[in-house]
Amino acid sequence: MRSHRHVQVGAFMAVAVAAQLLAVYSGKAFLLTQLTMSAYYTLAVIALSLLMGHAGQISLGHAGFFAVGGYTSAVLTTLDLSPRRNEEIVGVLARVGVLVERAELYGGQVLVVHPWVAFLCAVALSVTLAFAVGIPVMKLKGHYLAMATLGVGTIIFSVALGTTWLGAADGISGVPAFPLLRNLGVAGGASERVANYYVAFGLLALGMLLLLNLVQSRTGRALRAIHGAEDAASAMGIDVASLKLRTFVLSAALAAVAGVFLTHLNGGIGPSEASIMKSVKYVAIVAVGGMGSLWGTLGTSLALSFFSLRGWFGAFDDAVFGLILVAVMLFAPDGVLTLLPARAAASRSRRTRAAPAPEGDGGYELPVALAGQRPGEEGR
Amino acid sequence: MSELFFQYLMAGLTYGMIYAVVGIGFNIIYNATGVINFAQGEFAMLGGMIAVSLVGAVPLPVAIAGAVLATMAIGALIEIAFFRWLSGPSVLRMIVITIGLSILIREAALLVWGQQVRALPYFTGDEVASLSIGGARMSPQVLWTVGTCGAMVVLVTGFFRWTTAGKQMRACASNRVAASLCGLPTRNLVTLSFVLSAGMGALAGCVVSPITYTQYNVGTGLAIKGFTVAILGGLGSSLAAVAAGLVLGQLEAFSVSLLPSAYKDSVSIAVLLAILFVRPTGFFAARVAYRP
Repeated sequence: MRSHRHVQVGAFMAVAVAAQLLAVYSGKAFLLTQLTMSAYYTLAVIALSLLMGHAGQISLGHAGFFAVGGYTSAVLTTLDLSPRRNEEIVGVLARVGVLVERAELYGGQVLVVHPWVAFLCAVALSVTLAFAVGIPVMKLKGHYLAMATLGVGTIIFSVALGTTWLGAADGISGVPAFPLLRNLGVAGGASERVANYYVAFGLLALGMLLLLNLVQSRTGRALRAIHGAEDAASAMGIDVASLKLRTFVLSAALAAVAGVFLTHLNGGIGPSEASIMKSVKYVAIVAVGGMGSLWGTLGTSLALSFFSLRGWFGAFDDAVFGLILVAVMLFAPDGVLTLLPARAAASRSRRTRAAPAPEGDGGYELPVALAGQRPGEEGR
Repeated sequence: MSELFFQYLMAGLTYGMIYAVVGIGFNIIYNATGVINFAQGEFAMLGGMIAVSLVGAVPLPVAIAGAVLATMAIGALIEIAFFRWLSGPSVLRMIVITIGLSILIREAALLVWGQQVRALPYFTGDEVASLSIGGARMSPQVLWTVGTCGAMVVLVTGFFRWTTAGKQMRACASNRVAASLCGLPTRNLVTLSFVLSAGMGALAGCVVSPITYTQYNVGTGLAIKGFTVAILGGLGSSLAAVAAGLVLGQLEAFSVSLLPSAYKDSVSIAVLLAILFVRPTGFFAARVAYRP
């Protein structure tokens, strides 16, 4: 199994290389920019796929964690501390290299937090927030969980939109490049396009490998047990609460990483990254990719994000995602891949195993993992 | 200070009643299907928008009646087209479908009505007309809103308690299989729940439109509030939803006196999240003997 995963990720990188070469030699290198951005969005989406598809927990606030990462990094790397240079703490931080000096857009010198330190702070903040929110939220089920994550997402969005030092509706711009090697940084310039493409896809491949390892391990099997039947999983000795929480935190952390890198690539971030519509789009992509199929989600995410960023859907962007959500959930709730004949049988058996449908009345049954506490349910 | 206090109180009451009506709409569909309809807020938006479009051609009461009927028809269509033929869908699937529907309705409204902010005319008087109560001044529309929503709550409670259709819906809610074995048309009752809930949302959207204005995207905010209210009241109970709606309305209204209004939504959601974490079954459910 181990080599199997590595072959898959290797094949994925080979496809990525082929796509890059094809784009460059057909004279369409500009497409790489959107592909790079798609790769970062996809990193956030596969993290959500782990949470939704494997642990069975819906999150309508995933974009919030993406934005927490992006905004933290953006604030720390653009907030000029040079007026406070004389303060002791600022001086100490500057001497140990936490603060760096760089030329700003208009030629002046600014003293800001080093991007790597900002990156660590961004991930740390996102993880802390995910822990704080996750402990109570992950105890909730069904509609309550959906509502709570929606609420958290809404709060993050309205804070981003309503706070002056977060740029309010304009967001933050002028975010510097993120230095990786001597003359390689995550930034949006045309000269660094190919390098950045590989940085993004390399990071995505790493994230994918991490998640594949996780879902094919003891932890992954425990997560699927939780998805199938929470009480049964608990009876088998799985620490359900702790595992759900750790999955939630991991998915938030990966989203934050994606947010940081995309912010440096774009040179800024705006409140729309935190919007509920964005979270819903992530959920839509996971749904299309097949809840639980990491490769399916990766493929659909790259494709849909790319088409969306290229503006294929024009003014109907939101409508397209809404339509996708409804159509997929109506006709192929286990992902569009299940419509292929070979997969259909496997999906049918999986569905019956996970949640046997009640017979006859066509009622709306509630699988254990997602059922809300519903008064009067005993009568069934 | 007491005048200001009264103003906040009235604003909280107005919004609270609207949230309560949207929350009851959530409850009606939840009771019938076990599913939260995330497109609930769009019914209020549609009601307001359709009424605004009609009001040029026909008198105001006719326009409102037309808007309510049209929204009811849309509610029925949605149920028939998207839910009726599904057998045993999971809750996650239903949540995602209704979220998708809410996006589609919103985008359709954007296409039809554009981004323009609209409003119905004031039912009595105009925007400067005001009533003086206890030294504070307020628009007569506030009374219209509170009165209409109050009447709706009373009527819907009576409907569930005393009419045959209402009793059938309650039977269907408490045990669908048993209800169907007794010969009740459970599928039609589910459709009826969508119609009822759409109609209530639409009427609420109409009466509040002169005060809050209507735009293609107001549904989402209303849905979040209504959902919050429904859950705070312990899903399924109408009177509890009213109590929860009034609490949320007051919370929001008074939060403005402490914090920038940009955070108004965050404050109410944060407080409610805290409550949700402490007591996820809601605060009023246990004390209400019947559902809904």
